[in-house]
Amino acid sequence: MSQDIQTRESAAPVVPPKPSKWRTFLDSDIVYSWKRQPVVIIATLVTLIMFAAALFAPWIAPQNPFDPRQIELIDAFTPPMTTSDFTGNFYLLGSDSQGRDVFSAILYGSRISLLVGFAAVIFALVMGTALGLLAGFRGGWRDALIMRIADVQLTFPSILMALLIFGVIRGFLPRSMHAEVAIIVLIIAIGLSDWVQYARAVRGATMVEKSKEYVQAARVIGLPARKILFQHILPNVLRPVLVIGTIGLALAIIAEATLSFLGVGMPATQPSLGTLIRVGQDYMFSGEWWILLFPGVALLMLALSVNLLGDWLRDVLNPKLR
Amino acid sequence: MCADTAVKPTTAAQGEILLEAHDLARYFDVSKPWLNRVIERSERLTLKAVDGVGFSIRRGETLSLVGESGCGKSTVARLVVGLYGLTRGKLVFDGEDISDLASRTGRQAASVRKRFQMIFQDPYASLNPLWRVGTIIGEPLRFFRPEMSSTDRRRRVGELLEQVGMSAMDANRYPHEFSGGQRQRISIARALANEPEFMICDEPTSALDVSVQAQILNLMRDLQDEYGLTYLFISHDMAVVKHMSDRIAVMYLGRIAEIAPADQLFESPHHPYSKMLLEAVPSLEGAGKERSVIQGEVPNPVHPPSGCAFHPRCPHANARCKAEAPRLIARSDGSEVACHGVEEGRLP
Amino acid sequence: MSSTPSSDNQRLDQRSAAPVAGHEPGTAGQEPVLSVRRLRVEFPTRHGTLVALDDVSFDIAPGEVLGVVGESGAGKSMTGNAVIRLLEPPGRIAEGEIHLSGKRIDNLPEDEFVPLRGRHIGMIFQDPLTSLNPLFSIGDQLVETIRAHLPMNEREAREEALKLLCEVGIPAPESRLDSYPHQFSGGMRQRVVIALALAARPEFIIADEPTTALDVSVQAQILALLKRLCADHGTAVMLVTHDMGVIAETADRVAVMYAGRLIEIGPVDEVVRNPQHPYTKGLMASIPGITKKLERLYQIEGSMPRLAAIPSGCAFNPRCPHAQKRCRDERPDLMPAEGSRAACWLHDPVDPLPPRQDVEGREVSHVR
Repeated sequence: MSQDIQTRESAAPVVPPKPSKWRTFLDSDIVYSWKRQPVVIIATLVTLIMFAAALFAPWIAPQNPFDPRQIELIDAFTPPMTTSDFTGNFYLLGSDSQGRDVFSAILYGSRISLLVGFAAVIFALVMGTALGLLAGFRGGWRDALIMRIADVQLTFPSILMALLIFGVIRGFLPRSMHAEVAIIVLIIAIGLSDWVQYARAVRGATMVEKSKEYVQAARVIGLPARKILFQHILPNVLRPVLVIGTIGLALAIIAEATLSFLGVGMPATQPSLGTLIRVGQDYMFSGEWWILLFPGVALLMLALSVNLLGDWLRDVLNPKLR
Repeated sequence: MCADTAVKPTTAAQGEILLEAHDLARYFDVSKPWLNRVIERSERLTLKAVDGVGFSIRRGETLSLVGESGCGKSTVARLVVGLYGLTRGKLVFDGEDISDLASRTGRQAASVRKRFQMIFQDPYASLNPLWRVGTIIGEPLRFFRPEMSSTDRRRRVGELLEQVGMSAMDANRYPHEFSGGQRQRISIARALANEPEFMICDEPTSALDVSVQAQILNLMRDLQDEYGLTYLFISHDMAVVKHMSDRIAVMYLGRIAEIAPADQLFESPHHPYSKMLLEAVPSLEGAGKERSVIQGEVPNPVHPPSGCAFHPRCPHANARCKAEAPRLIARSDGSEVACHGVEEGRLP
Repeated sequence: MSSTPSSDNQRLDQRSAAPVAGHEPGTAGQEPVLSVRRLRVEFPTRHGTLVALDDVSFDIAPGEVLGVVGESGAGKSMTGNAVIRLLEPPGRIAEGEIHLSGKRIDNLPEDEFVPLRGRHIGMIFQDPLTSLNPLFSIGDQLVETIRAHLPMNEREAREEALKLLCEVGIPAPESRLDSYPHQFSGGMRQRVVIALALAARPEFIIADEPTTALDVSVQAQILALLKRLCADHGTAVMLVTHDMGVIAETADRVAVMYAGRLIEIGPVDEVVRNPQHPYTKGLMASIPGITKKLERLYQIEGSMPRLAAIPSGCAFNPRCPHAQKRCRDERPDLMPAEGSRAACWLHDPVDPLPPRQDVEGREVSHVR
């Protein structure tokens, strides 16, 4: 028949046993690029170790820094790598003014930092993606309204927006609730200050995908808008969003630390990395440098390695190179 | 069905009319945003992409729309399938008024939409890159025939792939694994899935190499013979159009300049623009011979010339051509021409 | 090289004879403006080295238009890009020589090569907007180009620019000199690009799909203009296009490319009317014409191989109706075939393969 060659040629690769998913993955460009960049490998390792340390903090940390009963006030200001003369506790990274183990505080603190970071990114991502899809797909006044709000919000630095939102939400809540809901308020404040970049990226990508012929083909069939949006467009615009999300995670962690450092984030009873740095800075020049230094280094390593991963992902998944 | 494509319906006797378009028009608002208009004091701008196009297609025949960029041929295709709403005019498909198709939803739309399908130009953009080929081809089936079991659907997808010259095994692969020509075959398989009667083909081979173009055009002819398909075929390539069509409508700036049976248009075009288009086609037979060069370019469709839109480039234009837009007038030889010169007998 | 040692020897013999025996009609007695010899372009990738151009040789005589035709992926644009050193990295010239007016240019250091572009080699691309700077008026761009290459002052250069615009048929050039590229229509823009390409009076122009983005009526205007101007100035042109029709009416000679190789070259009338290579034959037969009406078009089965999977021997052998064992084993060089030269064993002067089936009947059935 006339298409014999076509058939033979296209069927040929199916006949030999297909390489496993894992094999295909190992041979992919992403893994190839990863293997060739030592910086990225180190960033991945640091990120994984810090994520694991935060996740398993209760099993790793010598004490629970949030539990006052476990804290020995008498061990205050124990230097790093020292065993206390009073209680016999060993302080790997020293203890702070309350006798709290800095190492434990960092583990529990990065837990909070990561929780706030992830939750804020997901909040911003979902909100930005939803609004971006709506603006890009429907266009018209919805598009104009959403994008003008986004423009206005972009004229303010995002940390200022977060401060503002944080203040407004707290204003509506009774003072007694502040400590309890601090973490949720933080997530909302950082998330709300950060949705714009997702919305912009998604709107642009949606407008591109919407005009592509596979979407028109679906419209010719008569597929309802809802199905076109969720089956065709959304999966195809997610890739840039996930890349922004990775970089956004580093930014959200820093935003949380900034807010906590300014004293409007997590309370000292449930310290995040930012809170630890704020508390630690009082002792910077009085000799107890470890209280500031170690949380600072932890924050730096976390934010830097996540950011490096995000940058690398963006380069690898660059749709233009696809 | 009238599947015999060799028969040219030069007289209006053969085949029932499947699609009738009356005075189709589609305007687009191409103005700047409101704020810019206020500040720059610019006017609202309207692009009359299609302005008063009428034709009919009989069952089993191929009608082609041909013209240069900006003539509105693709817009007509999108109006017919309801991708755009009509600004004006009426569309009748197999006796049913479908002028409001673009705004129809649910069952009401599906009853019409399952009877026609569209093939697009860009084989790289017309398939969802994240879906397997089998899912892509099965999409119309999932929507129009939800009662079909997934086994039956898979079998049908395999049949369709083999019908377009590919392997049933290809259903498990992704679009990026295929060449442009193979992707276009996949598009055709998707279009055939629900056994439509009517296919709208928007430049289906413009993005393909000539040898692949020949494969796809042959395939489309075979499918037409096998299923008695009716084609509305859009192209800018006169030779392709001649090869595929029973009748041809030449479009210029949103209007039809001439409709005629294919052979007749190529033998004795009436409209000066049709003549020009034919003369502009590079000829392989007369290698080395220069084609006659036509002056001017297609004007900006946002500001079309007055009267007959072709008058600034027409060697035969007179005062009436500048002032008054000509209407399509049927001639005794089966063609319809929109030209004052032809109507008055100034031109053959 | 993928071929066997014996065929390599054989080819070397033919090659050493090529400069003497291989001169083509049109180049006789004149020194070619451009001479490409055994050009090989490679793209090293992590899955191995891709050979994008393999052993490509051709000459262009002064004032001659050589059409380079082929389907996407055949390497036709790559050939032009290799000549003007605009290969996309990591592409590189691995072997071969390029001579411009008798001077070898492929081994020139970058700072000596760059001035050749514009001055000695003009360039015209598919999209005129990529060749024009949107921020400068076309007058400024012309004057700048002229003054960069020719010893003229501002006033003389401006007069020259005006003359050029006149020559390329821009109406009222005095008033258009200060217009910006976006104020021109597509056809007019391409005229400006031609004026720019000719501004420094180069002896050679590469036109890569110059009319592909234009409507048919405008296409005819631009091609006629290009042909006339180059004839007037004695400029040689390498016209790269996928459109046989454009070649047929513009070129003097045609080079047909397939999978990075030159498979047929000869005078346009010969190649278009009486193609010799089975691929060229199939290609010509698959083009629908406006004077003939066929029930079916001839189709070449399959598709051009990807660079990573070029078959051994003749690259066309899996799709060729005449292919035999020798075609799968040995790569044919260009051999005299009627009025042109074709890389096909059917035309081997010593031991020609017998053709299996005549495609002139335009049958669709495909004997293998």
